[in-house]
Amino acid sequence: MYVAVKGGEKAIRNAHRLLAKERRGDPDIAEISVPQIDGQLSLAVDRVMTEGSLYDRSLAALAIKQSRGDLIEAIFLVRAYRTTLPRFGGSEPIETGSMTVRRRISASFKDVPGGQLLGPTFDYTHRLIDFGLAAESECPAAELAPGPAETTVPSIASILGNEGLVETETDHNPSQPPGDVTSDALDFPAGRDLRLQALARGDEGFLLALGYSTQRGYARNHAFAGEIRVGTVTVEMFVEELGFTIAIGEITVTEVQMINQFKGSTTVPPQFTRGYGLSFGHCERKAMSMALVDRALRCRELDEDNVGAPAQDEEFVLSHCDNVQATGFVEHLKLPHYVDFQSELELVRRMRREVTERAGAQEAAE
Amino acid sequence: MPPNTESRKRAMSLLAQAEEATLAALWGRWPAKPAFDWLRRPEFGLVMTRGRMGGTGVAFNLGEITVTRCALRLADGTVGLAYVQGRSARKAEIAALADALGQDPHQRERVEQTILAPLAAKMAADRDVAAAETAATRVDFYTMVRGEDV
Repeated sequence: MYVAVKGGEKAIRNAHRLLAKERRGDPDIAEISVPQIDGQLSLAVDRVMTEGSLYDRSLAALAIKQSRGDLIEAIFLVRAYRTTLPRFGGSEPIETGSMTVRRRISASFKDVPGGQLLGPTFDYTHRLIDFGLAAESECPAAELAPGPAETTVPSIASILGNEGLVETETDHNPSQPPGDVTSDALDFPAGRDLRLQALARGDEGFLLALGYSTQRGYARNHAFAGEIRVGTVTVEMFVEELGFTIAIGEITVTEVQMINQFKGSTTVPPQFTRGYGLSFGHCERKAMSMALVDRALRCRELDEDNVGAPAQDEEFVLSHCDNVQATGFVEHLKLPHYVDFQSELELVRRMRREVTERAGAQEAAE
Repeated sequence: MPPNTESRKRAMSLLAQAEEATLAALWGRWPAKPAFDWLRRPEFGLVMTRGRMGGTGVAFNLGEITVTRCALRLADGTVGLAYVQGRSARKAEIAALADALGQDPHQRERVEQTILAPLAAKMAADRDVAAAETAATRVDFYTMVRGEDV
C-alpha cells in the first residue's frame, strides 16, 4: 500500500532542473528540433502515435523530445495529453482497400494483382552499420518509375475471398458502435472489437514476444503473411451540424492480413482463416505481431483446442499488453513505501523474536 | 442533399487535409479579408478513428486523431464551419472562412481559383510523385527449383 509523503519540494524542483539539463545534452551541440524528430526519427513517432493511441505527428515528436527518447515515457505523455481534450465523435471506418499504397507485399502470392511494391523497407538490407551516415551527406533522390503509376491495389482478402478459399468478413451490424476500452472497463470474455483495440494500443515488445511464441508452437496456427500494406487513407466523419460526411484528415496506417490454417465444418468446406493487424503510421513488426495474437485469441470462436498457451489466454494478454498500465504499476514501486515497509519490518522482527524465544524455551526445557 | 452539398463537402475535405503552411500561404493571396464573428472559437478535440476487422468486417476503434473545429458568421449572416486535422486555430479559422465564402455565389469561383484548386493540384502532384517512387520499387521474385526436387 502506498501512503502519501510530504516535503522534498526543493529537491524535486532541483531534480527536474537537472533532468532538463541532461535532456539538453552538450550545449555546444545544436538542439534537436521537433520537425527533425518527426522527419528523421519517423518510425519512433509512428510507434508513439500507435501505442499512445493518438495520431498527431508533431505531438508525438514533442513527447519523444521531452522524454529524452524514452518511448514508453513519450507514450505515457501522449496518453495523458489526450485526456485533456473533448471527443468530437467517431469516424466512419477507414477503407484500407482504397489506401494510397506506399508499400504492399504478399509473402504468399508471388503474382498478386497490383504487384509487389517494396516501398521504403529495411528488408533485404544487410544490416551493416552505414558509417557514411555518421557524416552529413547528400541524400540521393528517390528513383521515379516512368509513366502513370497506380496508387491503389486490390486487397489480398478480396482476391482470395472471391474463390471462397479464405474466410470473408462483412460488416453485418453497421449501426452498432464498437466497444471502447478508453471509456468502459474490460470485461471477459471480450469481443473481438475490444481485443483489436487493446492490441492496437498494446506494447510492441510484448505482442512481438507473444506472436513469436505462437510460431514456436505455443498455439501454433501456421501463419503466412498474406498481405502487408502501408499507405494513406482518408478519415471521414459524419458531422451532425452539417448533416453529411466530410473528410477530416488523412493518416498513414499499416495493415497486415495473416492467412492461417484451415477451418471447415459440415456445411462450409475447408478455408483459410485470418488474423488482422492495424496500426497508425508505419509499424510493420507491431501490426504483424498483432495479427498473430489476434488469430491466436480467436481460438474459441474457431472452435480450436485451447492448449493453454499464453497467446490464447485473452485475460492474460489483454490485461498485460498496455505498457502505460504496466509501467505505472511496476514503476510505482519507486515511490516512497516507508509506512508499508515499516509494518512489514515490524512483522518480520516479531516473527524472528518468536522463533528465538521458542528455541530458548526448548533449550531450557531439555 | 441540397445541390451545393457535394461542392461544400469536397471543399471542406480539401481544407481539412491541407497543411497549415500551404493553406496560410494561399489565404495570404485573398485580397480583402472579410469581417466575421465567432460562433464557436477554435477548439482542439479528438475523433476516434475506426478500422474494420479483416479490412472489410465489423468496425473496431483503432485510436484517436486530433481535430480542430470552429464556427463563424460573416457580416451577411453566412455561417462557415471547420473540422480540420491537427491542432491549429489558424488553419481552422481559414478553413471556416473559406467554407463561408464558398457558399456565396459571388465568391465561390474565387474561392475555387485561389484556394481549392491549388490545394487539389498540390495534393494530386504529391500523390503522383509518391506513386512514381513506390512504383520504382516494384519487384518480381522468381521461385527457384529446390535441389531435392530435381
